[in-house]
Amino acid sequence: MADDKPLFVEAASVLHYRYAAGEHGTRFLQALAGRKILGSRCAACGWTLVPPRVACAGCFRRMTEIVEVPPTGTLVAYTQVTFPFIDPFTGETRPIPYCYGMVRFDGTHNTFQYFLEEKDVGKLRPGLRVEAVFREAREGAIRDIVHFRTC
Amino acid sequence: MGKRVAVVGTGQTHHRSKRPDVSIPELVREAVDRALENAHADLGAVDAIVIGNMEHFEGIHLSDLWPAEEAGLWGKPGFKVATGGTTGSSLAIAAYYTVASGLYDRVLAVGWEKLSESAGETTTGIVTAFDPIYERPTLAGAVSGLAVMATAYQYRHSIPPGQAALATVYARANAMRNPHAHLRKPVTVEDVLASPMLSTPIRLLDMCPTSDGACAVLFASEEAVGRFPGPPAWISGVHSCHNHTYLGDLCGDTPVFLDTLTTAAKEAYRQAGIADPRNQIDVVEIYGPCSWACLEWAESLGFCGLGEGGKFFASGAPAFEGDIPWSPSGGVISTNPIGATGLIRVAEAAIQVRGEGGDRQVPGVRTALATGFGGSYWSEVMILAREK
Repeated sequence: MADDKPLFVEAASVLHYRYAAGEHGTRFLQALAGRKILGSRCAACGWTLVPPRVACAGCFRRMTEIVEVPPTGTLVAYTQVTFPFIDPFTGETRPIPYCYGMVRFDGTHNTFQYFLEEKDVGKLRPGLRVEAVFREAREGAIRDIVHFRTC
Repeated sequence: MGKRVAVVGTGQTHHRSKRPDVSIPELVREAVDRALENAHADLGAVDAIVIGNMEHFEGIHLSDLWPAEEAGLWGKPGFKVATGGTTGSSLAIAAYYTVASGLYDRVLAVGWEKLSESAGETTTGIVTAFDPIYERPTLAGAVSGLAVMATAYQYRHSIPPGQAALATVYARANAMRNPHAHLRKPVTVEDVLASPMLSTPIRLLDMCPTSDGACAVLFASEEAVGRFPGPPAWISGVHSCHNHTYLGDLCGDTPVFLDTLTTAAKEAYRQAGIADPRNQIDVVEIYGPCSWACLEWAESLGFCGLGEGGKFFASGAPAFEGDIPWSPSGGVISTNPIGATGLIRVAEAAIQVRGEGGDRQVPGVRTALATGFGGSYWSEVMILAREK
């Protein structure tokens, strides 16, 4: 190495994964195909959480009751992503810009992080009323929800 | 609290955006050599080692194995700690626990990251830390996660962006004093506000960089401290606090976002006998990954009232000459080799307590606070003091 220029070795890892949605998650995703939003309700503290899970975020007891919640809610926080990066789902650059936010479904005690229809971030604010918009062709997947639109 | 423990040596690399001249093990060795030199010791004086990074970034696993020889792990007890952004502070806490427990008298914590080796896709790596079904489709790594927190904070307290920008301005001014800092170029509020938007309201200059770097810190028990000639920095308070798994749980009925820092600080203050943090702490080294977070976390740490983070920064109190200098090293906004970042906070706090800060030394430091941030809004706090 006459010029002492540092050398590099190139490598690319392509790894495929299959994540189990789990008992509650499977019911949640299947219900999306029927335009329904499911949450889990805690018998101990009364909290309802979306998506449903086995341990309550409020009191950490086991949650067994699944309830339907309305597709409407309130925007709690948000951002508009404007910088490019590789999406670990696809290995491709995620399309930008896009707005997403934390939506608190009516009657629930946590928020759900998802895409927003609004393209102008200046029109977003906490407290905005929003509703889930479902795709016409649904498959029991998170993408059955297109986004949340202002209502 | 177990045995009393002190930091007796610190070492770090000169952090840069790229270190093409060294491999990962070579980078680690630089920090280890400097820590041992600072402690006036050799590897024979180290009983056990804890080491870690955030493994996804370089795409290598067994980060304890790779630099085992360079870090001095060969033939010695040790383990890997990998807790995401908090890795560095968790390393310090793990080393502290190991010594405080009485199992080993001298434990070296080693943190490293070579973010240039992941071809710049730090965000991709961070996204994989979160729920694959519900949260990865929308999350854009730490940038958007912190941006969501910032919009909620900004709206709740009507914070002008210029006040947040001051956190970057102070950090970059401090970095000029620190030869180890990565981004050593002063910026103005106007520069920050004119820089490209990454994720509303966080702009490029609001956000920390990605760096290559390593850090090593030697912890010793009260029985072993006397073997090291330098002044010890006694650990007087330690706490680690986790949060919910789902980002969506962080802004529901559960307290908003980083209540883990409030909890961790409160417990560490209790251990250290700190009732008035603003007056009893002389300097802080905060894991503030973006300007907006610094404002909110000044409130969590009790340096100002709720909603007053903007005014706190505008008052000049966290500037180098202020009454509570904020990350005189330049902080995370100037330097961010992620797996080392939290450990650098502890090292810099120790440097201040030991009076080794050179141009970045704050005069008369008796008590310093270091924090770590990462995962799903986890927090870690370590308090270091001159007096035992």
